[in-house]
Amino acid sequence: MEERLALVLFSGTDDKLQAAAVLTAGAAALGRPVHIFLQYWALDAFRADRIAGDHGLAPEAGAEGRAAVDALAKAGQASWAETLRQAKELGDVRIEACSLSMDLLDLEPSDLDPLVDGVEGVTAFWVNAGEGQVVFI
Amino acid sequence: MTETTTEPTITRTIDARGSFCPGPLMELIRAIREGQVGDVIAVRSSDRGSKVDIPKWVEKAGHRLIGAFEREGYDELVVEKRR
Repeated sequence: MEERLALVLFSGTDDKLQAAAVLTAGAAALGRPVHIFLQYWALDAFRADRIAGDHGLAPEAGAEGRAAVDALAKAGQASWAETLRQAKELGDVRIEACSLSMDLLDLEPSDLDPLVDGVEGVTAFWVNAGEGQVVFI
Repeated sequence: MTETTTEPTITRTIDARGSFCPGPLMELIRAIREGQVGDVIAVRSSDRGSKVDIPKWVEKAGHRLIGAFEREGYDELVVEKRR
């Protein structure tokens, strides 16, 4: 049994979501079960009507970072949503929306992209995380 | 036919050049899952991480790395599906 990994995604900018998606794909490739918990702005980025849109970058990116990210995308880098889709095909990856954040953003499960498997509270998240590592992005 | 000792018969070649990390590895994993035990899969990658990542994954997943070749502008990793 490979060690579980729990990722809490809080930030909703494309760079942080991309980093999280790559970490997820690598862990899934090694057979590690990955449990992703979406809070706040990360959850907003998973709205079905927004997932393919531009979610901006972390402030430290600046203009130079923006240009670098755009260049990689133009060269054919898979979007974070596509990378997560592939990671889900490849391994045991579950993506859950935080119920408090659902209330905060006034969302229904039908508002979310099908990448999201369900809605859970923080206690369920910790139970699912078990003794595994927890990473907050 | 002496070449077969260094360049084994390849069942399938995946051209993942132009795909960024971890794309080439993910394409390799998909091909390994679709293949039969004993298949030899070559993956071509221009991602600099692949020549480090793919051998590590191959070892962990219980397959066999037949070779890692530096080509012009890309790496070619040849893997035998073992299970």
